[in-house]
Amino acid sequence: MVSIGTIIEGIILGLLSGSVYALMASGLSLIFGVMEIINIAQGALVILGAYLSYLLMQSYHIDLFVGLLLTMPIMFIIGVVIELLVIRPLKRERTMFSILVTYAVALIIEGVLILTFSNTPVTLHAWYITDSFLVGSFGGQPFYLTYAYVFTFALSVVLLAGLYWLLYRTEFGRSLRASMQNRTAAELIGINVERISAITFGIGVAVTAAGGMAFGTTRPFIPNDSYDLISRLLVIIVLGGMGSLRGALVGSLALLIIGDVTAVVWSPAWSSTVFYALLVVLLLFRPQGIFGQREGRKQ
Amino acid sequence: MKLLKALRLPARDMTDRAGLPKAAVIAIKVVGLLALLVIGVVFPPLISPDTTTTGVAVYALMFAAWATAWNIFSGYTGYIALGHAAFFGTGAYALGILCERWHIGPQLIGTGGGDVSILFLTIPVDYTPFLLVPLAGLIAGLVAVPVGWIALHTRRHTFIVITIAIFFIFQLLAENNVGNLTNGTKGLEFPYPSWVYPFYNFPFYYAMLVILVLALAVSWWVRHSKYGLGLLAIRDDEDRALGLGVRTGPYKLIAYVISAIFAGMLGGVWGYSLGSVFPQSAFDPLNDISLALMAFMGGLGTLSGPIIGALIIEWARLQFNSLSFIENSTSPGGYYLIIYGALFLVVILLLPEGIVPTLRKWWMGLLASREEQGMPADSLELSKQTAPVAVEQAESGEGVNR
Repeated sequence: MVSIGTIIEGIILGLLSGSVYALMASGLSLIFGVMEIINIAQGALVILGAYLSYLLMQSYHIDLFVGLLLTMPIMFIIGVVIELLVIRPLKRERTMFSILVTYAVALIIEGVLILTFSNTPVTLHAWYITDSFLVGSFGGQPFYLTYAYVFTFALSVVLLAGLYWLLYRTEFGRSLRASMQNRTAAELIGINVERISAITFGIGVAVTAAGGMAFGTTRPFIPNDSYDLISRLLVIIVLGGMGSLRGALVGSLALLIIGDVTAVVWSPAWSSTVFYALLVVLLLFRPQGIFGQREGRKQ
Repeated sequence: MKLLKALRLPARDMTDRAGLPKAAVIAIKVVGLLALLVIGVVFPPLISPDTTTTGVAVYALMFAAWATAWNIFSGYTGYIALGHAAFFGTGAYALGILCERWHIGPQLIGTGGGDVSILFLTIPVDYTPFLLVPLAGLIAGLVAVPVGWIALHTRRHTFIVITIAIFFIFQLLAENNVGNLTNGTKGLEFPYPSWVYPFYNFPFYYAMLVILVLALAVSWWVRHSKYGLGLLAIRDDEDRALGLGVRTGPYKLIAYVISAIFAGMLGGVWGYSLGSVFPQSAFDPLNDISLALMAFMGGLGTLSGPIIGALIIEWARLQFNSLSFIENSTSPGGYYLIIYGALFLVVILLLPEGIVPTLRKWWMGLLASREEQGMPADSLELSKQTAPVAVEQAESGEGVNR
């Protein structure tokens, strides 16, 4: 029996976890917006971020949120290294080749994770993952949530706000947006686009540390989860419009809310399918996504 | 951009310049192809007791055919489809379901059909599932019509992303046991043939070989037809092609469906050879990327490139399987992924155009330098003309999608 209460539960869950996906997807969208690069490794990097948090927690007993102070810079450096090593050498048809090389990077990351941590699922431990509180009672059914949902939601909001501030309130952000609008013109007025690109890639990857940690608080994970993640993230940015940060936000919330509502109303097995089906319908009418610009001929 | 055309089909002109008459070149090509075919046919009996090698050979042919079919769409139009395993899986499931429902082929419980007689040909029961392979391909092709129609609403990179998404939809549908067809994660059983090793691989090997030859023939026909020229025009500049009267929509969709039909047929044979398929194995994301790797390694949009790429990678896989440190490791998948990814990176970063175009360029350069001494007339002109185009293209980062 589906009551209005379960639907509200689905919406709340979707909103909370959607913010985490918004964080991961905005990294992906930022990279695409500035560099026209699709980073297929984003899913694997999220899982890597989750494992880094796991490592710090397991070996050094560092709290997951405190550990981010360490894992985010590490992921930033990994991102810059990936940019320098495999993205920068691409000279022609960068978008297409970037998909292939970052796919290769994803495979390597997955391989390293399998070798280091094996394929057994691991879980993150903290008091806020196990403890839960009563949100409310919908139709007589009490609805509990773990604290981790709220904490990661807050973290995502803070980081998204920070990203927004960086992009719209700083000199660096202005150069970055200039590179987004017109790479050549930005170069002409003296912006070091190469440097901006490397840093952008670093930032886009750094958010996966937080995203991965948040992902890890909700469920056990294995290296193989990266496939599910990257397909969801790609769908999110296509839905929202490639290269649009607003689109990444709206797309993630739509995916997670629709998915979670479907899960409680119908069956968890169908949650992604319903979303994918909606995406397909949307693309029929708006191939460029919600906030995207029309693709096609440039120049 | 007009010069690009000169760059694309240079081999024929240059061979003429080298002094070989066209007929001789064609004769050499035909003889070479026939020789390869003969090698392909006699390969399994020669290597017979070695089931590992014949097993890998089945996969090598499968991927060679699949990459060739993939290339008909992605190579010629420049639209990279990364979700092609969706049609492979569809074909595999289609064959399995048809065999189950129609009681075709030897079944475990004994409800299976008997031998099939067509005119005065009697086909033993173990071989009857092969009769359904074309049907499995057609089903995959039919499925590809709406899928391609939707996906091809988008361009270039969005298209790549959409194909990945569609691929995962298929995997999910199979996992969720839609319409009680796929049996969910429990997997689908196929008829179980009574062949024994080392003969077991042979029928599948020859089935794959037949599909490969078919795919190659279709690819050759497309490459040399007006239709194929339209596809290449889409790759070079889609809007201009549209403006010049190429019906880009149906052109792309037809190529997409053709490649899906072959993927479906291969999936059917593959499923029968394994005996059972699962959503995770029939819809394997690694296959998506393997195809792209093979085609890129050999040379995207060339006739022989995908086959060469597939053979090299499957050969590497065979060598890799026999490495001892893999067997001792607890998680062999890890090493496999790392080496696979690294190989992929090296190929794309060092040989972005692929083996065949690089060799061809190298060969042309050799001919040009030889002619410089002998007859410095217009051939030199051409080699000088073509070089700057490639350089200009590389330098400006200008691809077909601009």
